[in-house]
Amino acid sequence: MTYARRAWIVFYKDLVIERRSKEQTNALLFFCVLLLFLFQFALGPDRERLAAALPGLLWLGLILAGLLGLGRSFLAERENDCWEGLRLTPGDKSAIYLGKLAGNCVLMTAVEIVLVVLFGVFYNVDLWTPAAPLALVLALGTVGLAAVGTLFAAMTTHVRARELLFPVLLLPVQVPVLLATVSATQALLLGQPLADVAHWLKLLAGADLVYVTIGLLTFEFVLEG
Amino acid sequence: MTRVLGWLAALGLLAGLAAGFGYAPREAVQGNVQRIMYLHVPSVLTAYLAFGLVLLGSIAYLATRRPGWDRLAGSAGEIGVLFTGLTIVSGSIWGKPTWGTWWTWDARLTSTAVLFLAYVGYLLLRSLIDDPDARGRYAAVVGILGAVNIPIVHFSVKWWRALHQPSTILGPEPSPIDPAIGLALFINWVAFTLLFAYFLSRRMEIARLEEQT
Repeated sequence: MTYARRAWIVFYKDLVIERRSKEQTNALLFFCVLLLFLFQFALGPDRERLAAALPGLLWLGLILAGLLGLGRSFLAERENDCWEGLRLTPGDKSAIYLGKLAGNCVLMTAVEIVLVVLFGVFYNVDLWTPAAPLALVLALGTVGLAAVGTLFAAMTTHVRARELLFPVLLLPVQVPVLLATVSATQALLLGQPLADVAHWLKLLAGADLVYVTIGLLTFEFVLEG
Repeated sequence: MTRVLGWLAALGLLAGLAAGFGYAPREAVQGNVQRIMYLHVPSVLTAYLAFGLVLLGSIAYLATRRPGWDRLAGSAGEIGVLFTGLTIVSGSIWGKPTWGTWWTWDARLTSTAVLFLAYVGYLLLRSLIDDPDARGRYAAVVGILGAVNIPIVHFSVKWWRALHQPSTILGPEPSPIDPAIGLALFINWVAFTLLFAYFLSRRMEIARLEEQT
């Protein structure tokens, strides 16, 4: 089996599990709706204040959803000795990481689309005009979040206090991604052209590259269990 | 060996105190407050040295699986967090009379705080895993990622501040540095490095004894 085929099989398996159980998607979507309400209650009905806080709220929501969604990505492997099965996979173990990462990116993208649409509807912001550049920022941010999240999720699966440790490890590492995405989103919502946020996009792309590379290189050591 | 290091560090710190308070002149603009620099700057340099050793120990452990490398990484991580904490606290004490505030979201302060939090997470991870090999491997992955992330954090925080407002609150640094101040700083830096070496050697010995039981 080639490398790509092995990564694809892990990816496909995760998608099938999710499609049949709908465990994470349903709960995460509901969670996003709840977050929107909470943000609204916390900030009050003032339109201007909400609009000013919007980029931060959007990414805070995505990160919170990511903490819940990504943190669970390896829990299914603990049952029925699936972990052993993954370890016994022939060849380079980083293919498993790649497949898991792809699955997590798809899950996060689904959550993002729903969250962005809900933001547009509830807070009455025009997200359609800057849709294409916004999608680019979202995609780059998602890869950065999921790359580290997938690696740390595999690591914390076997650790005590997993739910606590995962965010404590992930959040400090995600500071650059959060700063870059929030700043870029803010500029785009204000109607600035994509060229104005080029430095943030470069930083995001560089960070993504570094995170994915480290994930590919070190996943083998995490998988040993 | 460890004992010699300890005495050298004690001597160095005494010399550093004497140089910082006795030899170095009073700074013209900031007055005596500036003398915190003799604690602040060596602390942050020592912290960077420590995190560099975490990276080195982490890579070497994954490559060789020798427990000694993991002990180096873990011990250096602990001492690094200590010195980063010292840096933040001493900077804060300096900032209150100089900038008029304990804390400001300045680029350097923010990135140091993020660094502190990242390595506290690293220590927390170590404390939660009992199996030495798993602890070494997981901690090494986090240690490598944390170190590689330092420049990314640095740039993102710098641009973040630059886009929002220029750093107007930053006090004037004493430049060019008076030779006496420079010498006092150098003596303190050497003393702190010796102290770090002493702490590291003690901590690694404790870690070795812990693994035997």
